[in-house]
Amino acid sequence: MTLHEQPVQASTKSGMLSPLGLSGTIAVGVLISFLVVGLAAPLIAPHGYSEVISDMSFLPVGEAGLLGTDYLGRDLLSRLLYGARTTLLLALAATAIAFVFGVLGGAAAGILGGRWDMAMSRINDVFFGFPQIMLALIVVSAVGTSYTVLIVTVGFIEGTRVYRIARALAQNIMTMEFVQISIARGENMGWILWNEILPNAAVPLSTDLGLRFTYSILLLSALSFLGLGVQPPAADWGVMVRENLTGLHFGAAAALMPALAIFSVTLSVNHLVDLRLSRMQRDISEELLS
Amino acid sequence: MLWAMMMRRLLFGLLTLFAISVLVFVGTEILPGDVAQAVLGQSATAETIAALRERLGLDQPAPLRYLAWIAGVLQGDLGVSLASDRPIAAMISSRLGNTFMLAGIAALIVVPLSLILGLLAATRPRSLIDRAVSHLTLMSVSAPEFLIATLLVMLFAVHLNWLPAISNISSADDIGALARSIALPVLTLSLMVLAPMTRMTRNSVLSVLGSPAIETAILKGLSRRRIVLFHALPNAIAPIVNIIAMNLAYLVSGVVVVEVVFSFPGLAKLMVDAVGTRDLPLVQACALIFCSVYVLMNIFADVISVLANPKLRRSA
Repeated sequence: MTLHEQPVQASTKSGMLSPLGLSGTIAVGVLISFLVVGLAAPLIAPHGYSEVISDMSFLPVGEAGLLGTDYLGRDLLSRLLYGARTTLLLALAATAIAFVFGVLGGAAAGILGGRWDMAMSRINDVFFGFPQIMLALIVVSAVGTSYTVLIVTVGFIEGTRVYRIARALAQNIMTMEFVQISIARGENMGWILWNEILPNAAVPLSTDLGLRFTYSILLLSALSFLGLGVQPPAADWGVMVRENLTGLHFGAAAALMPALAIFSVTLSVNHLVDLRLSRMQRDISEELLS
Repeated sequence: MLWAMMMRRLLFGLLTLFAISVLVFVGTEILPGDVAQAVLGQSATAETIAALRERLGLDQPAPLRYLAWIAGVLQGDLGVSLASDRPIAAMISSRLGNTFMLAGIAALIVVPLSLILGLLAATRPRSLIDRAVSHLTLMSVSAPEFLIATLLVMLFAVHLNWLPAISNISSADDIGALARSIALPVLTLSLMVLAPMTRMTRNSVLSVLGSPAIETAILKGLSRRRIVLFHALPNAIAPIVNIIAMNLAYLVSGVVVVEVVFSFPGLAKLMVDAVGTRDLPLVQACALIFCSVYVLMNIFADVISVLANPKLRRSA
């Protein structure tokens, strides 16, 4: 096998194939449609999310509404649409918080080093030593639950994970010569963070963005499922699984549909992250081989 | 040398436990307003609030309350539940055993199974089993715990009618009934961790199989079975033990959802109910137990991986 043949092959291949492939395109489609449908829920949902449309609970698919009714006789499809809105927006907000604080904190620790780094990282380690759900349960037992509490708590928990990655990336980049030169030139910390660290850490951080989003969805819906997150009658996928669980015992699929909706979102994101990771690996090997 | 290192890990673990106990305490202390007010809600009268404040010792400064609490915990006195007025230690003891049984049985099933499957996948790269493991991992890290649970209930409890959907272990009077009642929770927990554990086993064995030592063994003409079992596996023990400990710690959080789905009378169900009724002393006690198990598991993994790796042993 000759070394110089491979990169040529690889680049023609990636040029000819669609960048995502079939499964990747499907994943992007699933995500976009859930987001659009969630945002447009008030416009396209056939009924209100708390509107009772039938005396019969757990009506099967096709009777009274497209997907049947839930345990109170409300339209399951409408609640799923509104649920997309709640679940996805909460997770997006939590991910945003996790990223802002995780990246700023981690990069600051990496740039400053020394005592600051020690102090910040040890504190972070303590929160890292907690099982995530325990931390969330403690907070909710202390301050009760609301959208703000949920977003901040989950954002904070996931932020401790982002912090670790951002710190490691910043430490690596700080050892590069171009950063050393800007330090010698007398640039301040903020300039280095904005012009050197962030642009160079952006690509590896972007895969972590996807992972944080899926973990946020899973943690938020687990809390809602336990009855400690989003409160009924609001429509949220985790809440919907919880409230329709009794229907399961006589074969109603109402609890299954929101669970499958969560699964299709998280699976799509994780698949895209995988695709991106393997592409990054290929790019790196191309770079090394050429 | 080795002992000094082990002691250092242990000390660090104890420090983490201390920090966690402080955090658990502080977490339930920093309320906007007052614990007594929050617990009793809007309908509380001034007298009931004053009485509760006195019972909780809220007139004392927080550091003193922490010391009193932790001193009690160390002597096995976990305090009294606000909601039921019963001693917490008594409420927890039977629940704790149930949860350990659940997680323990799941671990007994998953650990050997994931090792075997991981080895099979590693020794046959790109085979059917290897690809299946890789796809299943992606699916199981994406699946919410309650999805696996609901699918299993649909299949085994509703359609096939083989197993109960509610895990009522107190009415199980013989071992067969007990096994039937915990089958679905155990199966759910096992499925949650099986694929990631198998995948990580496969990866660590694969990276060992690529090492020069294994190349030498191949060139020496040793049999495939001998190479995998006696040359590759010992070197993969440290990463594998870490994986096992990580996933067992993951069972701690998985068990929360599983116990609620199946109404399993375990510690996690008790804790979730306590969070709902804002029974703070009970939440604190449960959180402390769960976090301690988690930390101990991680220390255990550290120690084992040092013992299994001569290089680490020496450099430490």
